Amino acid sequence: MLVVMRPLAAWSTPEAVQQAIRERIGERQPQPGGMSLTLPKIAETGNSVPLTVTVDSPMTPENHVLRIHIFVPGNPLPVAATYHLGVRAGKAEISTRIRLARTQRVLALAEMHDGSVRSDAASIVVTLGACVEEIWSN
Amino acid sequence: MSQPRIRVPRRAKKGEVIEIKTLISHPMETGHRRDTQGALIPRQIIHTFTCTYNGEEVFRADWHPAVAANPYLTFYTVATESGRLRFAWIDDDGTVYATEADITVV
Amino acid sequence: MQGIPGRGQCWAAVLAAVLACSMMGAGIGLLTAGEPQRYRVEGRRSGYTYLSAENQQLQDDDFANPGLLWVEQGEKLWHQADGATGMACASCHGDPAESMRGVRTRYPRFDPRRGKLINLEQQINRCRQERLQARPYPHESEALLGLAAFVSAQSRGLPIDVRIDGPAAPFFEAGKAFYFRRRGQLDLACYHCHDRLAGQRLRGDVVSQGQINGFPVYRHTWQTLGSTHRMFAWCNVSVRAEAYPYGADEYVNIELFVAWRGRGLPVETPAIRR
Repeated sequence: MLVVMRPLAAWSTPEAVQQAIRERIGERQPQPGGMSLTLPKIAETGNSVPLTVTVDSPMTPENHVLRIHIFVPGNPLPVAATYHLGVRAGKAEISTRIRLARTQRVLALAEMHDGSVRSDAASIVVTLGACVEEIWSN
Repeated sequence: MSQPRIRVPRRAKKGEVIEIKTLISHPMETGHRRDTQGALIPRQIIHTFTCTYNGEEVFRADWHPAVAANPYLTFYTVATESGRLRFAWIDDDGTVYATEADITVV
Repeated sequence: MQGIPGRGQCWAAVLAAVLACSMMGAGIGLLTAGEPQRYRVEGRRSGYTYLSAENQQLQDDDFANPGLLWVEQGEKLWHQADGATGMACASCHGDPAESMRGVRTRYPRFDPRRGKLINLEQQINRCRQERLQARPYPHESEALLGLAAFVSAQSRGLPIDVRIDGPAAPFFEAGKAFYFRRRGQLDLACYHCHDRLAGQRLRGDVVSQGQINGFPVYRHTWQTLGSTHRMFAWCNVSVRAEAYPYGADEYVNIELFVAWRGRGLPVETPAIRR
């Protein structure tokens, strides 16, 4: 009898998430606060979840955001996106739509010009997951 | 054929922070999905988005498969001078989708 | 009333005029969020009413609704010369906001030349073949979806109003029979989910009434725009039944029945659905 084994989807391990964070901010410790990550509490579909990140910053040469990172620890890959801002951005805010494979706590990090790193996180329940679904029909 | 769609103000005051909305049609194939035969569908996403203002890059985004299909992005930039904003989306296969908008800064 | 109007009557007249103006204002223009009465007509509910607030906002967003990418594409094709004649849709139909207004509310319709129903996509392809002498677009191609979405969007907000009488009647009855017929390994008819169980949960999802007033829709499950026939095929496969090919008479007939089932609901193309 032929048994077909299909490998399980490779989910992000906590180690992979930590490594992805280290690759971006080194050994710096993120501090919660000074920014907000907005997500719905429940994702009607994991295929398209609206997300906004806002960092409290006047975006002057002395005080501005260099980069914003979005981490999705419950997805097969732990990083969703990195946004490069700088003084010319004027306002440290981005809005986008992401995919979520399952219920998880999404993390946003903001690298500041002075080397500090801010963080905010938001939990979201995902009832219909994205990323790894099989196409069994059209 | 990926179509970009943008919304940029035509006029702004010097120093004003303007909002830029972008959207582009693209499946953003993750590389994790399987077809009806069980084979993995290869990854094909837009991995980079850039905005240049009179030739100078003022915004950039690095995207991964967790960015939803037909990617939507709103960001901000300071209206410094009149000129041209150029937007580029770079596909895994090297194709660059681009569009432009002119702005008058008073 | 006789005599000089007193102060109370003046205020009543002003109030009545203000109310009349605001009611007129509410009737003009595109659908906006927070107008639930438009999406429900005598117990017939649009799929919009089953969406989360985020997805309702997405549908109403005149920039970020991803279905608008196809509408834009359709607009380009409307003006693009094609085929042996070198004409475009615009050559005959001119300004689509005028010429195509109301069209989506009337399809599918009975076509005397074919002796059966014709739906919007088939009508577009017929115009291409006969008027432009161009090749028809393949079913579910980006071009056909784009044009169908663009033409449908010209009727946004107008109520679905299909004819089911006269020569359309036998096809309507065939579509109705399809709706009530059990099929597939799960042995279910459309009726079982979309009438008996509408509003209840199917695993993590909520079953809608299955209205089609928003088609072609941007469906998150597909991550792209899709037609009614793609939806019918998906539903058929979901109950483990064989799907019919896109453009099949069976699907055009049930398109008429389901459109009638949603009569009075507004055209929402491009709608957002799960």
